[in-house]
Amino acid sequence: MWSYTFRRVLMTIPTLLLVITVCYLMLHATPGGPFDGERKLSAAVLANLQAKYHLDLPLWQQYLYYLKSLLSGDLGASFRYADWSVNDLVIKALPVSLSIGGGSLLISIVLGVGLGIIAALRQNSLVDYLVMLIGNIGSAFPSFVIGPVLIMVFAIWLKWLPAGGWDDFQLGYMILPMTLLTFINISTIGRVMRGSLIEVLSSNFIRTARAKGLGLSTIVFRHALKPALMPVVSVIGPLAISSITAAVVTESVFSLPGIGKLIVNGAANRDYTLVLGLVVLVTVVAVLLNLLVDLAYALLDPKIRY
Amino acid sequence: MSLLKVSNLGVQFQTNDGVVSAVNGVNFELERGQTLGIVGESGSGKSQTVLAMMGLLAKNGRTSGEALYQGKNLLTLSAKELNGIRGDRLSMIFQDPMTSLNPYLTVERQMTEVLQLHKNMSRRQAKARAIELLEAVRIPEAARRIDMYPHEFSGGMRQRVMIAMALLCEPEVLIADEPTTALDVTVQAQILQLLKDLQRDFGTAIVMITHDLGVVAGLCEKVLVMYGGRVMEQGDADSLFYQPSHPYTIGLLGALPRLDHDGSELVSIPGNPPNMAQLPAGCPFSERCSHAGPRCASELPALAVSPHNGRVLRACHKSAHELIDIREVAHA
Amino acid sequence: MFKMKQSSLADALSANLAAAPVQGRSPWRDARERFLRNKAAVISLILLVLITLACVFGPFFLPHTYEDTDWDAMSLAPTLQNWHLFGTDELGRDLLVRCLIGGRISLMVGFLATLTSVLLGIVWGATAGFLGGKVDSLMMRFVDMMYAVPYLLIAILMVTLLGRDFYLVVLTITVFSWMDMARVVRGQTLSIKSKEYIEAARAIGVSTTSIIFSHVVPNLLGIVVIYTTVTVPGVILTESVLSFLGLGVQEPMTSWGVLIQDGCGVMESTPWILLFPAALLSITLYCANYIGDGMRDALDPKDR
Repeated sequence: MWSYTFRRVLMTIPTLLLVITVCYLMLHATPGGPFDGERKLSAAVLANLQAKYHLDLPLWQQYLYYLKSLLSGDLGASFRYADWSVNDLVIKALPVSLSIGGGSLLISIVLGVGLGIIAALRQNSLVDYLVMLIGNIGSAFPSFVIGPVLIMVFAIWLKWLPAGGWDDFQLGYMILPMTLLTFINISTIGRVMRGSLIEVLSSNFIRTARAKGLGLSTIVFRHALKPALMPVVSVIGPLAISSITAAVVTESVFSLPGIGKLIVNGAANRDYTLVLGLVVLVTVVAVLLNLLVDLAYALLDPKIRY
Repeated sequence: MSLLKVSNLGVQFQTNDGVVSAVNGVNFELERGQTLGIVGESGSGKSQTVLAMMGLLAKNGRTSGEALYQGKNLLTLSAKELNGIRGDRLSMIFQDPMTSLNPYLTVERQMTEVLQLHKNMSRRQAKARAIELLEAVRIPEAARRIDMYPHEFSGGMRQRVMIAMALLCEPEVLIADEPTTALDVTVQAQILQLLKDLQRDFGTAIVMITHDLGVVAGLCEKVLVMYGGRVMEQGDADSLFYQPSHPYTIGLLGALPRLDHDGSELVSIPGNPPNMAQLPAGCPFSERCSHAGPRCASELPALAVSPHNGRVLRACHKSAHELIDIREVAHA
Repeated sequence: MFKMKQSSLADALSANLAAAPVQGRSPWRDARERFLRNKAAVISLILLVLITLACVFGPFFLPHTYEDTDWDAMSLAPTLQNWHLFGTDELGRDLLVRCLIGGRISLMVGFLATLTSVLLGIVWGATAGFLGGKVDSLMMRFVDMMYAVPYLLIAILMVTLLGRDFYLVVLTITVFSWMDMARVVRGQTLSIKSKEYIEAARAIGVSTTSIIFSHVVPNLLGIVVIYTTVTVPGVILTESVLSFLGLGVQEPMTSWGVLIQDGCGVMESTPWILLFPAALLSITLYCANYIGDGMRDALDPKDR
């Protein structure tokens, strides 16, 4: 197991390096330096700034400098928000994204697995139809259509919740965005769980368990749950990646001051270094999530022993 | 009172093409320590017969008739009562040891749970008992191997684990559904010998399901030959083997490879096992039977005591004496 | 002389071989019949064709253009008056025409990006599968890496750096939509490669390029068709996400994503500005999904 973990960790390095390098090169291939703004800077100021950001060095040295600062956890500076480093902005925005995105991912794993189990055990019941309906809607309708519909119903017509915005982790502002993300995630997790549990329950080893005289709950929770979870675990990796996309959209729909909103604003302002820093950060998170999922899979499956 | 008494057992499946009868009118009795063989090709209904008794039919399956275990009808017991009996008094070994053990649980967990459930043992006691049983089925280093996962065992070893698991509570009836089919020949012989020894030691009654007459000959006192969901011939093993009186049994015996018949070809019964959704109105075997007359295809022969041997029941329109004579002439 | 003869023989043989692996008429006809029996897929196909036709030709028949302001009718609810069937937006622009023009952009980006990503996927997958060995594993490692990357963010970065030109949006989407196709094509190529007729073609000296294009590619058709239809909704969705975030085509040009973004801002007072483009996009995605399912069932019946 340890050597597998080690090898799997090593495998993430090329991915990370590739993304960082490509992004960095793209940034530099763009015509026009970051300081060619509307305001003309004096030659001295420009030289100072260039020296500060190592822009006067050859490209490969700049790149090494950049890698070095990344390794020490410094994502660089924002060119638009004066006096703000990317790190400062991230520290403010990350808790918002993490609580909304991570929270809803956890909730939807629990809910999706639970609903999937009930749907599989009671086929053609109300819960079963609900899981299939959510799956159908979630897979066909984009999040930025479902989101506004949620706002229309719960904020504009029923006036139960605010339509968007953020107020220091107040629950009211978190419910709708989390509902949206949870809904989208459940549409996948619930469907996968339902299908895989139905398949596992018809397998030979479950028949053996029944022949032993075990009760239904022992059969489901001791014998069927773990094998049925394997496909769920393997979709969580891709799901986490698409959650990042969904989170960017969600933060935009509900005007949340999270990483996604920061990136979109940065892109709109052409704040290259901010976008680059954030992309690198999120890529690292995504790659690590994938790594965790793979390790969890290996841990759950007794056949994988490296 | 017999240990197990099955009367007029039937199994029907609700399918898209209507109701399919997989088993019809099966009767047998089993006493303590006895062995019954149920023989037939695939699709003959032999597996469904015992799965019905164990309450393990697929969701669309229905049963009729009775299967009395010590006077209690297994077919109508509540799930809770049935769970009290199966795994404890009545246990089962399945055909495919590769898929019949849970790949995600250790052998220890899969064995101890049975004892914890039926014998109220602690996990530690249960484990000690499980190791004893694994040793009884001759698994080397049982104390160490018990903590392994099924995929770390070979096919033959897994079937031994299945057998040990089925014997944990010292059941009165052990149902073995083709326990040796998936294994190679030397392992088959070992497993059968093992079952024999265990039966001697524990006094278990065994229902052995097989398509292999060699297995039946070595193990069983009573035999039930099934085809197309119906019993063709049933009686004590010696009578059936030395003087088969039903065309299907004769065919099965002819298809058995024999060491003492050098040079002669293997004979197989022509044709394919029947399509259960489209059985003929008469004898299900009539389509493949070389002795079939016009009556056979239209009229179902009743299962009745044979005039040639009071210990044999047969379902055939042809007279037993005629068939026996033909066979003996052919052999001479 | 001999050499020429040999090469013409090879050509003739390879022509024959090329004809042989392409499935005859009947499998395709079977597939078509299976597809036509699938009511949901057929209805979806009809709807999608109608939407496409409306987007392409509709604007010619309407009295408004997508950027003209009707000063007398701002934020007008849907009405028959003056042909504002979908109403107008807050600048008095006719929403129906804007939806249709926006649909043109969304569908065009969808089809173009599908085309390019399918081509890229086929070339990548076929090359990897055909060459095999180290090249293959390196190329497929790259595909794995692409899966691990949060594509939307890179897309945002690309749009930020390269600008919001129509073709750059197509390029950006292409970069993140070709991997499924590459994987599938590689798998299929590997299995085709081991077939006898390829050995035969190789044995008589047909060149590698020629083998790829005359034997491997025709055999991939079925699976390529399936995955192309499956790629379409994903691509349209990505385009609309980008434009929704304000990173797609720019005003006054529009697309469904832009219209939905506009609608979100005013959904309290004039909800139809949100609902019409949202409905159009959702119907299109839904139909494209059903057509993809129908195609899969029709062309790959063993998979049902």
